[in-house]
Amino acid sequence: MSSWIDGVMVVLILTNLALLGTSRITVCIRIIALQGVVLGTLPMLAGEEVTLRLALLTTATVLLKGVVFPWLLLRAMRKAEIQREVEPYVGYILSVMVGLLSLGGSVWLAQGLPLPGPMAGTLALPVALFMIFVGLFTICSRRKAISQILGYIVVENGMYAFGAVILDEVPTLVELGVLLDVFVAVFVMGVAIYHIRREFDHMDVDQLDTLKG
Amino acid sequence: MNSLIHPLLALLLAPLLLGIINRTKALFAGRTGQPLLQAYFDLAKLLRKGAVYSETTTWVFRAGPIVGVAAPVVAIALIPFGGIPALLNFPGDLILFAYLFGLMRFMTVAAALDTGSAFEGMGASREVQFSALAEPALLLGLAALARLTGDLSLSGILGSLTPQDWAHAAPALALVTAGLLVVYLAENSRIPVDDPNTHLELTMIHEVMVLDHGGPDFGLILYGASLKLWALGAILTGVVLPFHDERLWPGIVIALGGMFGLAVFVGVVESSMARLRLLRVPQLLVAAMVLSALALVLLMR
Repeated sequence: MSSWIDGVMVVLILTNLALLGTSRITVCIRIIALQGVVLGTLPMLAGEEVTLRLALLTTATVLLKGVVFPWLLLRAMRKAEIQREVEPYVGYILSVMVGLLSLGGSVWLAQGLPLPGPMAGTLALPVALFMIFVGLFTICSRRKAISQILGYIVVENGMYAFGAVILDEVPTLVELGVLLDVFVAVFVMGVAIYHIRREFDHMDVDQLDTLKG
Repeated sequence: MNSLIHPLLALLLAPLLLGIINRTKALFAGRTGQPLLQAYFDLAKLLRKGAVYSETTTWVFRAGPIVGVAAPVVAIALIPFGGIPALLNFPGDLILFAYLFGLMRFMTVAAALDTGSAFEGMGASREVQFSALAEPALLLGLAALARLTGDLSLSGILGSLTPQDWAHAAPALALVTAGLLVVYLAENSRIPVDDPNTHLELTMIHEVMVLDHGGPDFGLILYGASLKLWALGAILTGVVLPFHDERLWPGIVIALGGMFGLAVFVGVVESSMARLRLLRVPQLLVAAMVLSALALVLLMR
């Protein structure tokens, strides 16, 4: 079981690094979708036995992160007629390097944070920290509002990965609450992008602080 | 005595790899293709010819091809093959392995610059740029393998890898394999990075550097390139097929099968994808480096 979880964790790391190195927004959205699907299967792998609750939770997560979010984001892109390039402040190769450094950093950090429980030795904690760092970095280093939604989803995914593996008994209500929060956030941001774009003819968040005259 | 088998096999069979790659490509394109032994015919033809040397060149130009064969021969002597121990081994020889190819590249580049042609200078600059990115990927991959097996020589690493390692460290080994595969394609000027068939100045890297070599010199370069293909392929085969047998022949047959399978794979890659734009090549190599580094991080934990 544990080697399967490690495999999933490696896929998560690779999707994050791919996200940092990709120049097309549609490709980025697909990567996030893949990440969501892989992440959705984590509770199944971590749990000892498959219960109805677990199966429902997995299905809901996969559907939401793998289908609904990408669909909403792609629709927002289409409606707002966003150009395909990511337009980063930090170049792609440099971003991947930063990602690699933050992976090293999170492995180092995780060693200083011993966890109780059976999953203590797995990659879960470093990967969760790494995903949070990558999400924050994506938010900071990309120019477009849509990339910032992507970064936000990655941060949420990181926390989800942590919860799914470390605490195998998260109350369903909390879990669903978090999923709902993110859903609403993505939905609202999708609408916001459309309005930003309609008001300002662009969605470069860097220019939002100047007055429109 | 047994350890002489691998160098002899490599010296004999290396040009055959080129033939297998070309036949695979021909099969995909629906052509009959050149004979399987074409590389041998080419070598025989080139070695019978005389060489013409430009007056502007010096001994560096003539040394290039010779080092280009000598370096991979020494590198092959460091690699164990199908359970046979390597001819030479000492702790840390994996660094020597990596930098023998560095030496080979340096001499090829120096010979290219020695001609004074702007065209070859361009190829040399590209070669150096890309290899600077491929080298960390190779070294990090080898470091990850060294960490996994706890040994610092190629014989120790490839000799102590077993199928059980694939069972318990599958993610890390798969990452190392992917990283080394990209290095293998890049170092041997194969398609996602360089096209060995083109003679277009916009796309050439390796071919452009050897344009001024002719006759036996060019034969040596061809032979050196096929030996390099063999040496890096042997490492990759050793990682992917870590089977050791008490008896001699089963191991050799498996390893040879791996080498030929790898050549077929290269042919399939070359037939099914286009060469990357020159701007994208560094990204591919950085990706390979990331894969190797990730494997190392997984194993260091």
